[in-house]
Amino acid sequence: MEYKKSIKFILNEREVELSNFSPNLTLLDFMRLDRGMIGTKEGCNEGDCGACSVLIGKIKNGKIEYMSANSCICFVGTLNGTHIITIEYLQKINPPLHPIQKAIIDYHGSQCGFCTPGIIMSLYGLFLQNPKPSEENIKIALQGNLCRCTGYAPIIRAAISLSQNDALSDDRLKNHQSEIIKKLQIINSEKTIIIHNKEEESEEEEFIIPANLDDFAKIYLQKPHATILAGGTDIGVWVNVELKKLTPLIYIGHLNELKLLQKNSDNIIFGSIFSYTELNKYIKQYFPDLTDYWLQIGSAQIRNMGTIGGNIANGSPIADLAPVLIGLNASLILRKGNKRRKIRVEDFYLSHNKQDLSAGEFIENIIIPLLKKNEHISFYKISKRKYEDISTISAALKIEISKGKIINSIFAFGGMAAIPKRAKKAEKILLNQPICEDIFIKSAKQLEKDFTPISDVRASKQYRMRIAQNLIRKFYLELNNEK
Amino acid sequence: MKNNIAHDSAIKHAMGKAIFIDDMVEEKGTLHAYLGLSKIAHGEIINIDLSEVEKAKNIICILDASDIIGVNDISPMGLLDEPIFAQKKVEFYGQPIFAVIGKSRLAARKAAQLAKIKYKEHKAKININDALLAGGEEVTPPLTLERGNTEQSLQQSKYRLKGSIRIGGQEHFYLEGHIAYAIPKEENEMIIYSSTQHPSEVQQMVAKALNISTNEIVVINRRIGGGFGGKETQSNLFAVIAALAAKKTKRAVKIRPSREDDIISTGKRHDFLVNYDVGFAENGRINALKANFAARCGFSADLSGPVTDRTLFHADNCYYYPNVKLTSQPLKTNTVSNTAFRGFGGPQGMLAAERIIEEIAYKLNKDPLEIRKINFYGENERNITPYHQEITDNIIAKLVEELEISSNYKQRREEIIKFNKNNKLTRRGIALTPVKFGISFTATWYNQAGALVHIYRDGSIMLNHGGVEMGQGLHIKIAQIVAEQFSLDLDRIKISPTATDKIANSSATAASCGADLNGMAAKRAAKKIKKRLIEFAKKKFSCKKDDIKFINNEVIIGKQKLSFAQFINMAYLARVQLFDSGFYKTPNISWNRDKGEGNPFFYFAYGAAVSEVQIDLLTGESKIKRVDILHDVGNSLNENIDLGQIEGGFLQGLGWLTFEELYFDKKGRLITNSPATYKIPLASDIPEIFNVKMVDWSKNPAKTIKRSKAVGEPPFMLAISVLQAISMAIASIADYKICPRLNSPATAENIFMSIERLKSEI
Ligand SMILES: Cc1cc2nc3c(=O)[nH]c(=O)nc-3n(C[C@H](O)[C@H](O)[C@H](O)COP(=O)(O)OP(=O)(O)OC[C@H]3O[C@@H](n4cnc5c(N)ncnc54)[C@H](O)[C@@H]3O)c2cc1C
Ligand code: FES
Ligand code: FES
Repeated sequence: MEYKKSIKFILNEREVELSNFSPNLTLLDFMRLDRGMIGTKEGCNEGDCGACSVLIGKIKNGKIEYMSANSCICFVGTLNGTHIITIEYLQKINPPLHPIQKAIIDYHGSQCGFCTPGIIMSLYGLFLQNPKPSEENIKIALQGNLCRCTGYAPIIRAAISLSQNDALSDDRLKNHQSEIIKKLQIINSEKTIIIHNKEEESEEEEFIIPANLDDFAKIYLQKPHATILAGGTDIGVWVNVELKKLTPLIYIGHLNELKLLQKNSDNIIFGSIFSYTELNKYIKQYFPDLTDYWLQIGSAQIRNMGTIGGNIANGSPIADLAPVLIGLNASLILRKGNKRRKIRVEDFYLSHNKQDLSAGEFIENIIIPLLKKNEHISFYKISKRKYEDISTISAALKIEISKGKIINSIFAFGGMAAIPKRAKKAEKILLNQPICEDIFIKSAKQLEKDFTPISDVRASKQYRMRIAQNLIRKFYLELNNEK
Repeated sequence: MKNNIAHDSAIKHAMGKAIFIDDMVEEKGTLHAYLGLSKIAHGEIINIDLSEVEKAKNIICILDASDIIGVNDISPMGLLDEPIFAQKKVEFYGQPIFAVIGKSRLAARKAAQLAKIKYKEHKAKININDALLAGGEEVTPPLTLERGNTEQSLQQSKYRLKGSIRIGGQEHFYLEGHIAYAIPKEENEMIIYSSTQHPSEVQQMVAKALNISTNEIVVINRRIGGGFGGKETQSNLFAVIAALAAKKTKRAVKIRPSREDDIISTGKRHDFLVNYDVGFAENGRINALKANFAARCGFSADLSGPVTDRTLFHADNCYYYPNVKLTSQPLKTNTVSNTAFRGFGGPQGMLAAERIIEEIAYKLNKDPLEIRKINFYGENERNITPYHQEITDNIIAKLVEELEISSNYKQRREEIIKFNKNNKLTRRGIALTPVKFGISFTATWYNQAGALVHIYRDGSIMLNHGGVEMGQGLHIKIAQIVAEQFSLDLDRIKISPTATDKIANSSATAASCGADLNGMAAKRAAKKIKKRLIEFAKKKFSCKKDDIKFINNEVIIGKQKLSFAQFINMAYLARVQLFDSGFYKTPNISWNRDKGEGNPFFYFAYGAAVSEVQIDLLTGESKIKRVDILHDVGNSLNENIDLGQIEGGFLQGLGWLTFEELYFDKKGRLITNSPATYKIPLASDIPEIFNVKMVDWSKNPAKTIKRSKAVGEPPFMLAISVLQAISMAIASIADYKICPRLNSPATAENIFMSIERLKSEI
């Protein structure tokens, strides 16, 4: 196969071409260690603190969209054809301070200052998307930025002041967009790219960027031991914290064919590499009950980077989409080479860390049936900290009602077993029953037969069980609009 | 706001141009060290096999206890109980055993994982219960504070209540983790950049480990990315290892642990179990209190002595105990050695005091605020603390009254009680809690500081003092003080990095005293120069002292007007000394620990907060609806900086009391070792309504710099109001007749379990 051997991207104002690097090299290390760009900080190296935040600009439908991202878990190989904006970009502004920087200074938004560049980048990303964000929007945009000093209040005051006067009216980045788009369009390759790490010739160190979906399917079939890299928000942690060396990596985050979005009368079908942020709009439209839950997944940065397919494939018992998709009775289209099969999400999880995914097979699309009028569903995520935390338990509870009786129910839980799982005994009690509190309490009781949760760092098994039971009760009370 | 002056580095922070240690341009050939940590909590090392580590790619050498030229100890108290590298005995999971030096940090970090260490495991004491069951061995001598006749008074009290509260620890989570960078110079000389709150101690520790005299070592930092007490002693380890490695390899060596290893291998806030026995009257007034404060100190003393002492010093908070006996129990456990953390033990003492108030209130079915007020220290009587210091600056009653009115506490409390009657699934609570915090190091000798002021011929000033800038705005406050002496714009003053070759024997920047001590010292240095300048001008212009004025970057001498720079150059040519040092020690303090008596504090800082919360009875989740704070900073040196300390301190306290939870498993492994599992507050966790005000009528009666008050630690404890508000919401279940005895942190699980317990008790 003919392939290219280098990637190209724009780092602030400079074009960078790289052909020899470790597949596990992160953008943060590249900037700080290779390029001496020390404005971006490392606070945790695992996607949780936001000190390393940058903006990644990608072309979408002829426009460029900049999104905040954690450079510590962003692999350099994923950057082909993108524009990276770091705090250094704002050092070259005339007059010397960007309005966001000025506001942070005027409102005393920095103390030790270690979090500050990351916070400014997150706010920059927010204001590029939404020039007049609400206080709520601001807090959401900052979910992925820890500050241990300020208590955030002055940062929020600074951001509110910016939202009141069109802060980005004359923004250099906005003004240069067409120029940047032109440059990026030239970069985007028709060919598969394979990067070798020449320093490690003994090992097969490769970063592969397939040219299109068919190529990817073919390459993956040839290299089933390779690791698929989508958003990298799980993989980045494995590399940085668990010190895993993952190679070869096959990147799929750029494959437009995996961004299919279709709707027919019964289903909505979408490709596996949609990020949470990209789907936000559709979630609001088709599953409005999911809106709040959606914002409880990761942080703004994680939602910008992480993909739906990655969350499903990773197979964690506390992956937040699993109960949601099981509750919605969703299915996956799995593809291996040119063969496809359909599997219900519920059946996809086999046992702890084992999914029904054979060598060389990957998730192509996800199919979610649209809710019927007589179906009611609620989503719950209980975690120690409300936002940007891993679930203690999560649940999607759904019933279908006909003539005052429950004719169908799915109670899907995360964090209650080794895999995301339905509470079939609890569901069954409800069948053909009227909607009354007693019956839901009885159903909740059955959870003890469905699950034997464990105690761990997030909660005791007793708490897990009691809360799971109470969520069923809460579901009933909310159905009845009780407070 | 008055004096709207930003942090001295604000622009650099915002531009990404502020240099932290890891941002410095590295010396040629810099090497990187990484720690190899113990994988058991308690036991003996049988065998260490590092052959794989040494063979790994890009590895230069190994460093272990045998490389320590001097003493293998970094105990800040000199107790020889805290080895740099464990040798035979391992006393906590995560204890450093060796370090590996490599060409890159990643190479060293990966190699460190290849160690094969065999242990013989012993039973480990992980928590306070384990330690008590095993006999209660202590790491440092306990303290007793006693006044009156407690036993007898308890027996004679109309009401008597016994109870206990568990208080969790806290990880500092400074955003910049620990780091040290050692650069060897001629012969024994070495420069060490260390992210520390206590450069002088780092200097001494390094000298001790290298067995050289202190004057060979220079420790420097310009700023650190947060400290909160976590870099008061905990930086020693990293600096010493960097220095030993630099000595061994003759190359510059940097060490920076991963966030996980930082959390595992460095100390935290102490957790406590407090048992109390309180006697009180019908009206809720306390007659006698006996309480024991057992603390998880970890494997060594570190600062646990002074920390647990300060717990006792604050177990009165704002309340007068006519008869009292307080004891500390600094327990040894097989966990990392706990250390300083904003408040330094004070918050735990205060939290216990507030619990006791609550107990009394629910017992008597009264508003806890009523019980608080009736127990407040008097202004001229009922004003002796358990450590026999007379409180002479008490303003708490007035402060609380002002806040009670401005926050509309009474009416809101009534509304909440009504709300709770009508709600099945959610409950609300409100609480007003006060804070009184003693200012000064209780180690009296720490209450000293030095500063240097240099004026150059162009009139620019270089300022240096012994304090460390960790975000708290210390440098700008001190620059303001010096600028004011000469009536100069702030941009004429440059603050140079904190360095041990400038100010000798500086104290840790801690105990909220940074500005009090260093500010005074800087003022004195400036005054000395100013005095000389005036003498010079008097002679040169044959005028009187009163004719010489420093105004707006100018010096006015009679009818003559000179720019400051012109004037200074003139003074230089006349051979006037244009640099000087200042020294300050806090007056009127004393402390006799053996007797438990003295005046350890120069003055007290006060504050109060009202918090309103809502809880979900089905899940235990809570949210904070509104917080009103009124805090006393005396005559503020910089209101914006002080506001930042109040808001930031409050939120850090809120994290400690709600969802920041340290979880050690049975083997003593800290599972909450990363931001993925240890959650500190986010922007979305701040109260929906957050009103913060500073008392505008308070001046410090003690002669502090400009009559200001320390502000670093006290606001942290304002968050106790949140825990008590949650407690009230829970108490609604039993009609406010049973104290929920909510332990800290009030995680959703903890709240839920308290709700369940209360339900079962009605
Ligand atoms: C700070 C932080 C917070 C987080 N918070 C949450 C949270 O609140 N809730 C939650 O559920 N998760 C959370 N996560 C985990 C993670 O972000 C999500 O699981 C995310 O959706 C993973 O997607 P990704 O594209 O980044 O996956 P990647 O890291 O790229 O991949 C994850 C796994 O899936 C495989 N994979 C990816 N795409 C496919 C595909 N199409 N077909 C087959 N295999 C594939 C990869 O090979 C890998 O094994 C968090 C992670 C971080 C770092
Ligand atoms: S360094 Fe913390 S998120 Fe990247
Ligand atoms: S200013 Fe220190 S962490 Fe934000």
